[in-house]
Amino acid sequence: MPDWFAMHGYAGYVWSAYAIFAIVIAADAIGPILRKRRTLSALRGRLTRESSRAARAAAAPESTP
Amino acid sequence: MNPLLLWFHKFGSPPYFYAFAGRWLPWLYALALITGAVGFYGGLVMAPADYQQGDSFRIMYVHVPCAWMGLFAYAFMAVNGFIGLVWRIKLSEVLAMAAAPVGAAFTFITLATGSIWGKPTWGTWWTWDARLTSELVMLFLYFGVIGLNGAIEDTRQAARAASFLALVGVVNLPIIHYSVQWWNTLHQAQTVNLLAGSKIDARMLWPLLLLALATHVYFFASVFARARAALLELEAGKEWVRQLATETAHA
Repeated sequence: MPDWFAMHGYAGYVWSAYAIFAIVIAADAIGPILRKRRTLSALRGRLTRESSRAARAAAAPESTP
Repeated sequence: MNPLLLWFHKFGSPPYFYAFAGRWLPWLYALALITGAVGFYGGLVMAPADYQQGDSFRIMYVHVPCAWMGLFAYAFMAVNGFIGLVWRIKLSEVLAMAAAPVGAAFTFITLATGSIWGKPTWGTWWTWDARLTSELVMLFLYFGVIGLNGAIEDTRQAARAASFLALVGVVNLPIIHYSVQWWNTLHQAQTVNLLAGSKIDARMLWPLLLLALATHVYFFASVFARARAALLELEAGKEWVRQLATETAHA
């Protein structure tokens, strides 16, 4: 195993190339998941605000011009 | 209406595509992960060392599939950009813009791993060789598309402007592909050719082809995930998105 890991002296080159691949692909995979979560939570916040505003307007119609 | 056209219209509708891509996503990620793992095992453990380059040739298993994907993603982006510009199909614009960051990621990996491979093989990290330079130009084209798309406020106008830039950049694709034939380059010529036969041992070839499959599948997974997120933003005022937001609120 350590022999294989050493790649006959090329370990630094081989493993750094694979590490770059792993890091960049992982970042690429996480991006859209975070973006979707952010969009949905912003949208939910907006919907809650809208519905509570509608409820307040229904409860006290004279306060709104 | 003929059934193909009907399917095309249905597929192009944002709520339909959102659900369709959502059903496929877990399978695509799983398939990419499995084929990728087997491919890396084949490339790192089972394939014999190269008679000239020793074990440094194993960088090929990340470098070459990513280089193919950089070109594939660009073509995918340009075709969808073209469809979006001509027929104004919203989904095509979204898919074109979703492909840009994935293609940029693959192109970046190609340049970085190529540089790491170049040091032990050529004795230099970088040289202004035709293949390397045209690949760098493609990375900048991707940055241009992403930047232009982000700089314009209106999402659909931004996608159309960026798609136009992507189409202009298509001229670079044949330059990248044929650069090793047209000019004397330090970069080696094409080794793998599916039609004319490859100049590579079968034990080295199969992991490479499996990894090419894995990166293609991953590309579609990433583009689908990005397109889904973009469609939610684009259609935030529509009923199907509101419904989706309230349905997932308690999950």
